[in-house]
Amino acid sequence: MNDKIFRGILFVSGLLIFFLIGGIFLTLSIGAFPSIKSLGFSFLTRSNWNPQTVWNGSAIELGAIPFLFGTIVTSFLSLALSIPFSFSTALLLGEYYRNGFIPAFLKSTVELLSGIPSVIYGFWGFNLIVPIIRNIELKIGIPPYGVGIMAASLVLAIMIIPYSASLIREILHLVPKELKEAGYSLGATRFEVIKNIVFPYARSGIVAGLLLALGRALGETMAVTLVIGNLNSLPKTLGSIFQIHKTLFSPGNTMSSIIALEFNESSGIHQSALIEMGLLLILLTTIINFAGRFIIKKTDRSNSR
Amino acid sequence: MKQKSFSFRKAENIFFKTSVIVFSLATVVPLLLIIFFVVKKGLSVINIDFLLSLPAPVGQEGGGISNAIIGTLLLIGLTLILSVPVGILCGVFLAENKGKHLAFWIRSWVEVLQGVPSIIMGIIAYIWVVKPLKGMFSAFAGSVALSIMMLPLVIKATEETVGMVNPTLKEASMSLGVPYYRTILGVVLPISLSGIMTGILLGVSRIAGETAPLLFTAFGNQFMNYNIFKPVNALPLLIYRYATSPYKDWHDIAWGASLFLIVFVLLVNFIATGISKKWKVQF
Repeated sequence: MNDKIFRGILFVSGLLIFFLIGGIFLTLSIGAFPSIKSLGFSFLTRSNWNPQTVWNGSAIELGAIPFLFGTIVTSFLSLALSIPFSFSTALLLGEYYRNGFIPAFLKSTVELLSGIPSVIYGFWGFNLIVPIIRNIELKIGIPPYGVGIMAASLVLAIMIIPYSASLIREILHLVPKELKEAGYSLGATRFEVIKNIVFPYARSGIVAGLLLALGRALGETMAVTLVIGNLNSLPKTLGSIFQIHKTLFSPGNTMSSIIALEFNESSGIHQSALIEMGLLLILLTTIINFAGRFIIKKTDRSNSR
Repeated sequence: MKQKSFSFRKAENIFFKTSVIVFSLATVVPLLLIIFFVVKKGLSVINIDFLLSLPAPVGQEGGGISNAIIGTLLLIGLTLILSVPVGILCGVFLAENKGKHLAFWIRSWVEVLQGVPSIIMGIIAYIWVVKPLKGMFSAFAGSVALSIMMLPLVIKATEETVGMVNPTLKEASMSLGVPYYRTILGVVLPISLSGIMTGILLGVSRIAGETAPLLFTAFGNQFMNYNIFKPVNALPLLIYRYATSPYKDWHDIAWGASLFLIVFVLLVNFIATGISKKWKVQF
């Protein structure tokens, strides 16, 4: 009898995860409903955000474009910035030096990096990265805000390097030794083996690892909030290709940072709009994470066969 | 295709290796900078008084972070109470039903949960806990948010270590007539304890630094508070508030708190890896 109860408890706690995820999506949907109903599709097309214009739940100027822009630009830029570093770290630890002092040192460093709380990254970025960027801006003749999309991307890049590096390293480990040895025995250099055997073999896994890192960058809040400058509109120079540097150095906001900044002071349709933003964010990260995990699982299975 | 000369290939190889080493070492630079910065700015602030006293108003000398330390410990404790039992049970369920479809889906959803941005947990706990309590921010609400973040870590650690337990041990116990629940609780779980503990500690080190979910739940508090249904301060919250303030004194306090938090988090991490190394499941 006890056994039945125990198995029942195990089963229920397993199911709890379903209810938790379901509950999260349902709660966000219900919370976002007033905003979806009254703002409709304009939420995704407007580029101005004026919660002050709310009157009795109507006549609202709330558009998510600046935040979608900020989120996507910062996360892709940070991913791009982090790629050489995470690949090098993964290769160094996974291919070049598997044992010894250097990899041990690098490994523990990377572990330490991933352990530092994000608010400290933000605080540090604000005190070190932002002044550096301000100097650069002064040199190239842009308004020297310092804070902005570039600062946020740099801090994010530092934050996701440990994550993507360890993922890529694990994937490199899956490449069969025989293939690499075959390459070496044909007289290939290490670079050629990496380029022609390791990377092609691990390609889909690497893509998955980068997707997971992207998912992390999309949702990161505190570090970004502290250094992005919190401007709720699109950069003015947007659209002119020749001024892309101005766009990248301009202050902005991301979906998560606007929620962090305004949720406490919000009510009514404003709050609902912020919850809708949260819903968009969770959908975005869930799709990206699911895709990443799916690809990893697929490669894992094909390797073990 | 044109044949590359041997010396060119050799040079190419050396160039690639050098750049890999250079880029790898470059990733160490930010860490050293962060540690250097936090230690330099934080060390001059931290003393016994700093750790034991309450925050002071702007302009006043001294002031400490004792309420944030207590608040963080309170949040961690509550989070453990909420998430560890469920997480372990769910992990055992997944390990015991490996091949089943249901387990596959639950495992996928656990991974989804792990990828959910932490700020979402804040919104969820706000709607689930803060709103029904008439907008009362509380330590309890904060730990609800943190527990949802903690759950996947506990579940995965449990599933992995329980999955590694040699089935012959379980079979031996069962063949002696020990009921299933006693086999799990008395044989399987004690063996996997080290792995589960490692998972829990890594989870603790992760949630100890989480700020975003606490913004709309634990909210922060200038005073000491032990009541779990009242707003409570936490180290990351204090760092965020003080770091965004315009006062230099408060920035100094934020550096001190950062140093304390980093040391705490790294210490927990260190203990976790120590446990997993020393106390490994071995067969």
